[in-house]
Amino acid sequence: MKLTVNGNEMELACQSAFEVREQIGRQTDIVILNGFQIDKDCQLSENDVLSVIQKGVMPKEEELESMMMARHTPHVHKQLKEGRVAIAGLGGLGSNIAVMLARIGVGQLLLVDFDIVEPSNLNRQSYYIRHLGLPKTLALKEQLEEINPFITINTETIKITEENVKQLFSGYDIVCEAFDKPDQKSMLINTALEQLPAVKIVSASGMAGYESSNRIQTTRPMKRLYLCGDLETGARVGRGLMAPRVQICAGHQANMILRLLIGQEEI
Amino acid sequence: MKVNGHLVELKKQQSLYEYLMEKNFKLTLIAVERNGEIVPKATYKEVLLEEEDTLEIVQFVGGG
Repeated sequence: MKLTVNGNEMELACQSAFEVREQIGRQTDIVILNGFQIDKDCQLSENDVLSVIQKGVMPKEEELESMMMARHTPHVHKQLKEGRVAIAGLGGLGSNIAVMLARIGVGQLLLVDFDIVEPSNLNRQSYYIRHLGLPKTLALKEQLEEINPFITINTETIKITEENVKQLFSGYDIVCEAFDKPDQKSMLINTALEQLPAVKIVSASGMAGYESSNRIQTTRPMKRLYLCGDLETGARVGRGLMAPRVQICAGHQANMILRLLIGQEEI
Repeated sequence: MKVNGHLVELKKQQSLYEYLMEKNFKLTLIAVERNGEIVPKATYKEVLLEEEDTLEIVQFVGGG
């Protein structure tokens, strides 16, 4: 039977998943069949995708990537690997979105921010004490390389303006708007939609405070603009930005980006 | 005219700019799509609204 085991296509006589484990691994190894970790043996079908992972052992580099992606729904990895996504702003939204996109193996990421990491970022942004004072681009790149060394990460430590949007983001299928300031959000969206005719934007508006999680939604107000958030709850004096709602919103954005990369345009 | 999914009566001939001002939108915080195409900010004063128009107006709030 033709199977993909730990990223390698092979012809095996095995009829069940645990027979494969017996043949190539040991009994305590975990087995992931077509994206799902199984604890009971399953019959195999032609072209099934299996990972047999020995816990606590560093796998060979050529097997590591396929093991990392073993919990994906099968066959999305290639599409994600070919994906090119630019993230504008590396604060509470952008840093967390970048981490999620790296985890799912989006092949090429562009990280853009002009700022450095400071203490008030740590309540919601994906940085650590050791990053204080570093440019966010570099602090984030360092983390992403530790999460997934198999993707390409480009950085631009620069302020995004009307003048450089076109040059920065040409060549990217998706631009993720992850700014803090509403006038910057508006500037990027207007400029990108006007000047980059094919780009899709996944943006956010309204995720401050600790209102209900369930008010945060993904919408598609324009043909090429997806908008996540509750659309109302802005940050202001007396209403801060905190990790849970910001990360819920980041999750909405990251999932919409994932959907677009595998060809699902509906929200 | 249809604005953000709701039918709106266009009482007089007016530009997109005049309409947005009348409704108290802050120009620096919005993006407008008219009949499926983004309207460049520089042209808001020249765009005359028509009854058949479909507008999507997005106004952003801060936080990220």
